[in-house]
Amino acid sequence: MKRFSWFNATSLTLGFVFLYMPMIILVIYSFNASKLVTVWAGFSTKWYVELFHNEDFLAAAVVTLKVAVVSSTFATVLGTMAAYVLVRQGRFHGRTLFSGMIYAPLVMPEVITGLSLLLLFIGIGLDRGIVTIILAHTTFAMCYVSVVVSSRLTTFDHSLEEAALDLGCSPFEAFRLVTLPIIAPAIISGWLLAFTLSLDDLVIASFTSGPSATTLPIKIFSAVRLGVSPEINALSTIMIGIVTVGVVSASLITKRAAVKRARDEQSAERS
Amino acid sequence: MRRLILIAVPYLWLVALFLIPFLIVLKISLSDVALARPPYFPQLDLAEGWAGIKAFLSELDFENFVFLSTDDLYWKAYLSSLQIAVVSTLLTLLVAYPIAYAMARAADEWRPTLLMLVILPFWTSFLIRVYSWMGILSTEGVLNRFLMWTGIISEPLILLNTKIAVYIGIVYTYLPFMILPIYSALEKLDESLLEAAEDLGCSRLQAFWLITFPLSRNGIVAGCFLVFIPAIGEFVIPSLLGGSGTLMIGKVLWEEFFSNRDWPVASAVAIILLLILIIPIILFQRNEQKAREAGR
Repeated sequence: MKRFSWFNATSLTLGFVFLYMPMIILVIYSFNASKLVTVWAGFSTKWYVELFHNEDFLAAAVVTLKVAVVSSTFATVLGTMAAYVLVRQGRFHGRTLFSGMIYAPLVMPEVITGLSLLLLFIGIGLDRGIVTIILAHTTFAMCYVSVVVSSRLTTFDHSLEEAALDLGCSPFEAFRLVTLPIIAPAIISGWLLAFTLSLDDLVIASFTSGPSATTLPIKIFSAVRLGVSPEINALSTIMIGIVTVGVVSASLITKRAAVKRARDEQSAERS
Repeated sequence: MRRLILIAVPYLWLVALFLIPFLIVLKISLSDVALARPPYFPQLDLAEGWAGIKAFLSELDFENFVFLSTDDLYWKAYLSSLQIAVVSTLLTLLVAYPIAYAMARAADEWRPTLLMLVILPFWTSFLIRVYSWMGILSTEGVLNRFLMWTGIISEPLILLNTKIAVYIGIVYTYLPFMILPIYSALEKLDESLLEAAEDLGCSRLQAFWLITFPLSRNGIVAGCFLVFIPAIGEFVIPSLLGGSGTLMIGKVLWEEFFSNRDWPVASAVAIILLLILIIPIILFQRNEQKAREAGR
């Protein structure tokens, strides 16, 4: 029997109140009519209207999405290649340096990553803008992708690839027909992780962006530095809403797939 | 040939955009500040060949590091970053452990939902999660108004722009990183061990201290490192919640670079920050390796 005491129930309740209360308060106050964020003056959606008329925020949102889509796609390709090299290619010259360069950015403080990339871009005379942000995001996100993908690569059965090779596949065909479908879920979650990291990043983007390209986090940061702003509350509510819908539906889809798989396996056993 | 391309593409990418930038930081940290573009000296002049490289190397020195060690500001910033990171890591552990424990004890059909609820905030913007506390902690904020309404306090507490706000911010944003490793350690715990301990006369609390806690040690250590390492270099939390009075090294680096435009000193600050981080990172990797070997 599980012991589920009142103590456990209390700590779960308090824990989730702590985790969710700040965001719920933010959402509530985004519908506040008063500009004073702390005084409730009735329900209103005027901050959303103002937000959608704010050209700066819309432009920044477009830049952010472009950066996130392009950099997470590059990062997924490079990260998957890196994972394949680390797990499947055995020993080669400079392997230690290679794996070091994969793991170091994961623990590197963002201020240092940002600073070092900025100094590189200035050193080679590359104008700062959307391209430099994409380069920076691709670099740190590919390391996260490669960790996610390589953990999947190490756990699956190597003999499946060997069987494909024995049956006459070329190494590339074996990768495409056997390895890729198996590691596909890891690649997708790697892409999602890279995409969120890019959407979220303030520090590295601040170092590597120029006057021609500002991302949403940079805009939000400069707006809230001076205090709470109702427009940012509205923007936050929209972002929280998108993430919630995304995560909840993703988990429902995986749950349904798992149920279906279990049912298929059962009926296969019966027949 | 294919193999070569497969290795070379990610390899060269990382060399160009991780290793070389890092070496540039190292180099600039040894240079002097100059009123020029770029604002440091010496510049490497490859056109002059060997003589240029020699002249360049002879101009590099540790002056910036000497400067950092003599200026109080940097010592205080390093020490205060360490202190904030240690205190908030311990606070995160205190908050996370009961939650992880309760999750591991929850009924099987509840666990995926609970896990999703812990991970969900991680997918929402970090910046927004930190920002949400500004409206709660300010003098006119939700928390103060609530406490005054209940009559617990009569004067508003000053929370925003203090270290307390920074602790709250770090605990809040890094909580999932602490809960998840502890949960996965506790989940594997064999319940019959606890039953055996109680049959042998342990009280529940004794059983917890003698069995559950030691067996979750790997999760605790991993969680502490996952909070401590990023907390030291944190920039967003101290600058939004800590006010001007809270010194943290990430903020000092940022200001040195963007406000004072002193690139050599900013680079030297970065190098020392990394030196501080190397020890916990090595310890963390050892712990992970040990856990992996034990898992086999």
